[in-house]
Amino acid sequence: MSAKFLQISGFAVAIVAIQIVTQLTDSSFLLTQLTMTAYYSLLVIGLCMLIGYAGQISLGHAGFFAIGGYMSAFLTTHDLTVLKGKPFVALLSKFGLLVVKKDLYGAELLAFHPWPACILSVCTVLIVAYVIGGPVLKLKGHYLAMATLGFGIIIYRIVLGTSGLGAADGLSGVPGFSLFPGVMIGGGGPGKILNYYVAWGIVVAGMTALLNLIGSRVGRALSAIHGAEDAAEAMGIPTANYKLRVFVLSAGFAAIAGVLLTHYNGSIGPSEASVMKSVRYVAIVAIGGMTSLWGAISMSLILNYLSLRGSFGTYDDAVFGVILILIMLFAPDGLIRRQVLGDLKSLFGRFTRKGAVT
Amino acid sequence: MELLLQYIVAGVTYGTIYAIVAIGFNIIYNTTGIINFAQGEFVMLGGMTAFTFKEYMPLPLAIVSAVIITMIIGALIEIVFIRWLHKPSVLRMIIITIGLSILIREMALHIWGEGVTALPYFTGTSVTSVNLGGVFISPQVFWAVGISSIMVILLSIFFNFTLLGKQMRACSANREAARLCGINAQNMVTFSFMLSAAIGALGGCIVSPITYVQYDSGSQLAIKGFTVAILGGLGNSTAAVAAAMILGILESFSIWALPAAYKDVVSIAIMLTILFVKPSGLFGNAAAARLKEY
Repeated sequence: MSAKFLQISGFAVAIVAIQIVTQLTDSSFLLTQLTMTAYYSLLVIGLCMLIGYAGQISLGHAGFFAIGGYMSAFLTTHDLTVLKGKPFVALLSKFGLLVVKKDLYGAELLAFHPWPACILSVCTVLIVAYVIGGPVLKLKGHYLAMATLGFGIIIYRIVLGTSGLGAADGLSGVPGFSLFPGVMIGGGGPGKILNYYVAWGIVVAGMTALLNLIGSRVGRALSAIHGAEDAAEAMGIPTANYKLRVFVLSAGFAAIAGVLLTHYNGSIGPSEASVMKSVRYVAIVAIGGMTSLWGAISMSLILNYLSLRGSFGTYDDAVFGVILILIMLFAPDGLIRRQVLGDLKSLFGRFTRKGAVT
Repeated sequence: MELLLQYIVAGVTYGTIYAIVAIGFNIIYNTTGIINFAQGEFVMLGGMTAFTFKEYMPLPLAIVSAVIITMIIGALIEIVFIRWLHKPSVLRMIIITIGLSILIREMALHIWGEGVTALPYFTGTSVTSVNLGGVFISPQVFWAVGISSIMVILLSIFFNFTLLGKQMRACSANREAARLCGINAQNMVTFSFMLSAAIGALGGCIVSPITYVQYDSGSQLAIKGFTVAILGGLGNSTAAVAAAMILGILESFSIWALPAAYKDVVSIAIMLTILFVKPSGLFGNAAAARLKEY
């Protein structure tokens, strides 16, 4: 318990330290990217829970992020009376996946406020995740990867092909999200520092919740599933149930991240739903060591920040591809893990021994 | 009636390319148990390199060179990234091949740029068409269907009647036993990568005049090819061809009912449905499927 408390407070101190450094070096413009990084990190820790602790890969999490973001953006920017009778409404309902959207048309007043939009968006994602999670999680290995990838592509194609969602331009003009009076996500310049702390505060809260979950009965059951699913089943763990719950949980994290980032940026585009984004999240989790939330979040902080700052230039996607391959070839357990010290020691030992021989 | 046939012809054309990608998937899957997520990139590479070579040599030679180059790339990928891994987990292989596909795509982007390329029609031009009972068919469709059919026949001869083909099948049936019989299983894996890269590249050249190829065409084709492979039952190439025709025609009719932007949505929805309902595929054996893990 105390160790967990120390880790979280250490993390919080680091966040405060970063802000102070930007303040001192007069580079508080960096806070914008750092705030966006926080929201991506929220998705990454949720995904880490799914991949690392429940052992289920998902190549479609950008889809959940996009559903949350787009739905919130849509609800807060569009006048519902204009909506009625547009052709894509019939189309979306045809897919069954997005049927919940229909419920909104009765509740016209809700459309203009971010809070109900946020709750509805997150609930929609949870329901979508629950509905598709049931059959998807029965699959294993390649089939699971392809099914989640397929889900991601479907969302991407729908977002890209639907004129009501702005097609290739996406939705813009999304209002800021005032969480409480005086606390506003997004909405421009003056609230930069506040936005930074709100965003990372949410991440810290998410981390705390997940760390508690890992330490609990559920967490132990999950690591049993990851280790050997059949054995876990034999021990009486309802594996399908647990996998589904973690899937829905991680989708929820993705949805919250999507909603909040959309309100922060004031816009969302189809690239948020692209397969490359999903792959990138998986890459970050993999580099962080799969089963390490702290590894995932530190890698997310570094890589998302560098990527958002444009440090990789036109090689942005290529960098993630190369990292992904290198990690999986040489360190499939990730860079950040418990044995790292041991590895360094043995490496060091090897060098000194070599030195002794020559 | 003519319109109906026209849709079917369009469907068969797309079906051909899906079949080629699916066969590529199946060859590697059969020898290694790996789904190569970079399969679509082989198709893209074939189309792109042939386009570049065409500047310097006649078309047939350009296509042959493109196929050989892609084959070498396929072999290199296997030797550099996969050969030396000791019993890699499925998750690891998925991530590595996804990483490879990103890498190849980004390289293509930096070599060829974002532009769309197309080889010239093998015979005639883009407006030439053969009138077959009121249906207008581009000669390239005959080329595509013809070459693919020959390829499928050659492949089945290769796998059933040549020593190398039999060795590869032995590896897929039981790798350990094959090795005990003195078959070099590792070389068979390299060979399967070369073969599927070559098939993909040839496919890319054939469809390039009809569908155009650009740096990011690969991932689209990969997911379609996988859909088809699943639809037919993973590992079964003959069934994949039939499944490819079904998917191609369904897609072509979906444009009739839905906006063209949703074409991919239809085929992926079909894939998900098959995965959920009958993961052994339309033509798969349910009893045998029960022994496999999905």
